[in-house]
Amino acid sequence: MKTLEIRNLHVAVEGKEILKGIDLTIRQGEVHAVMGPNGSGKSTLSYTIMGHPKYQITEGEIIFDGKSITGMSPDQRARLGLFLAFQYPHEVPGVSLFNFLRNAYVSLKSPEGLPNQNTPENRAKELQSIKEFRQFVQEKMKLLNIPEDMMKRYLNEGFSGGEKKRCEILQLAVLQPAIAILDETDSGLDIDALKTVSEGVNALSGSEMGILLITHYNRILKYIRPDFVHVLMNGKIVKSGTQALALELEEKGYDFIRNEIAA
Amino acid sequence: MVDQMLDFRKGYGEKYGFSTKTKSAYETEKGLTEKTVKEISDLKNEPQWLRDFRLKALTHYMKRKMPMWGIADLNQINFDDVTYYVKPTDQAQATSWEDLPPEIRKTFDQLGIPEAERKFLGGVGVQFESENLYHSLQENLQKQGVIFVDPDTGLNPTDERIKQLKLNKDAMQLAHSKFKEWFGKVVPFMDNKFAALNSAVFSGGSFIYVPKGVEVTMPLQAYFRINKENVGQFERTLIIADEGSKVSYVEGCTAPMYSDDKHSLHSAVVEIVALPGSTVRYTTIQNWSNNVYNLVTKRAFAYENCTVEWIDANIGSRVTMKYPSIYIFGQNSKADILSVAFAGRGQVQDTGGKVLHFAPNCTSKIISKSVSKDGGRASYRGLLKIAKGAANAKSTVRCDALLMDEHSKTDTYPYNEIEDDTATVTHEAAVGKIGQDLIFYLMSRGITEQQALGMIVNGFFEVFTKELPMEYAVEFNRLIQLEMAGSVG
Repeated sequence: MKTLEIRNLHVAVEGKEILKGIDLTIRQGEVHAVMGPNGSGKSTLSYTIMGHPKYQITEGEIIFDGKSITGMSPDQRARLGLFLAFQYPHEVPGVSLFNFLRNAYVSLKSPEGLPNQNTPENRAKELQSIKEFRQFVQEKMKLLNIPEDMMKRYLNEGFSGGEKKRCEILQLAVLQPAIAILDETDSGLDIDALKTVSEGVNALSGSEMGILLITHYNRILKYIRPDFVHVLMNGKIVKSGTQALALELEEKGYDFIRNEIAA
Repeated sequence: MVDQMLDFRKGYGEKYGFSTKTKSAYETEKGLTEKTVKEISDLKNEPQWLRDFRLKALTHYMKRKMPMWGIADLNQINFDDVTYYVKPTDQAQATSWEDLPPEIRKTFDQLGIPEAERKFLGGVGVQFESENLYHSLQENLQKQGVIFVDPDTGLNPTDERIKQLKLNKDAMQLAHSKFKEWFGKVVPFMDNKFAALNSAVFSGGSFIYVPKGVEVTMPLQAYFRINKENVGQFERTLIIADEGSKVSYVEGCTAPMYSDDKHSLHSAVVEIVALPGSTVRYTTIQNWSNNVYNLVTKRAFAYENCTVEWIDANIGSRVTMKYPSIYIFGQNSKADILSVAFAGRGQVQDTGGKVLHFAPNCTSKIISKSVSKDGGRASYRGLLKIAKGAANAKSTVRCDALLMDEHSKTDTYPYNEIEDDTATVTHEAAVGKIGQDLIFYLMSRGITEQQALGMIVNGFFEVFTKELPMEYAVEFNRLIQLEMAGSVG
């Protein structure tokens, strides 16, 4: 059982403090939702957990599986079992989705890399594993209702907003992390796409995966039911609760919490 | 950082940069004089007209000023310190790998040539220093009258040579008459200083003749190896695709790594004649070590209903200046140039392409892709000419450059001469950098920074690699991954 612990996390971007002391613990099998208005620091939190160099931790630490990961590069964090589904995934021209997935998969599962292809035995082994891997990806695509030809397309290039989000969840399904952060996965999805993506996430979660769901709206929480809901405002978690809190937020808006804090 | 740089050199060194201990059978004295040219001509037992051609070219070379318009300074080349002709062995050209001198055979084994020949090539020629040492051509191609030999054989197909190389005599005689018709016509010796140099001292290269209507479905490959330091390699290639024929030719080249003060000179001339209805594709993977100055003239004449394609990749050499060109003389033809370049530390890739439309209803496309890294300089230099009367031309020029760091540079020098009002011409150019966010995205999937860079650059070059036979594409991607080593500071 792996645990992601965020302790008293302060983060600055270009000298400006965005996160001002976050404490959060996520275990494998749990679903946490972090909700907050625009500018509250939601994306900063997800980028910082994954190790984006632009986000500087000025105080506190991030612990994964008992070890501090604060000084680790993003790829090292990924290899430990962290994953971030991006709000705005990048386009990578000339790199097919399949090729990308295989490279990522190999990096995670066998850090020594692809076998040397120059010997006939390795080449045969390699082709066999390509075939098996393709079948594995095809299954996951079916689950997420993604047409197979997406595999051949260049990663995110010319994808619609919805396709990009589905593609992020496909990566999640293939790479099978211990803890996944979903950064505004619901934004830009129509209701059908939201349902498919959510069902996909639900099928993947369970005891094997912990999820940190970062969202502005309650909408996705109807499909992915969180065990815990946290409200992030102005760089701090100001309130935590269960799904009831999310419903209350939807009804009353963020202002009710602002008023509560002010009171 | 420095260690990783050395690692990259080690990567090239192990696979390509090793040198082979050989004792040459014959070498001209260092430097170039009339005596050098006469010696080469004597050794090859050439007819008087050819000897005169060489000497005229030499006079022109001596007279001609050094071109100063490039981004590299060619005056850095110490021309007097170059050996212009090196004959590696006295053995006759082989038609079986077993017949090569063992140490030379080992070199080509290590470079993977015999393996590629078995897998997917229709014929192979290999050159070591100044001479072709091995040639093969599939039997079914021989039967159809295809000729793939070195230029010496094309020029002078003596009975002895024909027997030695197991050639079809009638086919060779026909090819020989075509050779004499076209040799030096596409690239005349007075074209530029280095075409003149090549014409004076040329040795080795390829001569291909594909008879009317014959389609060569598997590529023919030539491999050029420079082994010694401070030598010149001046091969000359002539490809004649007769009416309605089809051929694809691939050339590769490598050289050992020597210390920075040594340099070799490679100055080739390539002539392509695409007769009506033919299709010719010429693919180059230039991977010279960083000791080599690579100054090459490549030109094709395309007649009606032809397709001519130059696929030109430059990842090696210290300095390359090369602008493959296509002169379209017949209507309804198609000319494509795809030029990719990688300029790393200490490298200048001054490359591009030229298309000249002299006939109506033709299309052309020039795509240039370059990556500059660790202070390397890549430039696109190109010409698109649409002559008056070359009606309804459609042409696209696109240049994409990727800069890997702030020390590296890229320039474009596009020239357009559009003299016909009916032409449709588009031109696009873009310079990109790899953003931190993109790297972060790939790294968040467990890919290291170096792998991520390699992946992005390989993706950038994909338009090129997808045109290669699969084995070469894999090899090219691996080379780029090697080049990415050391970019992580």
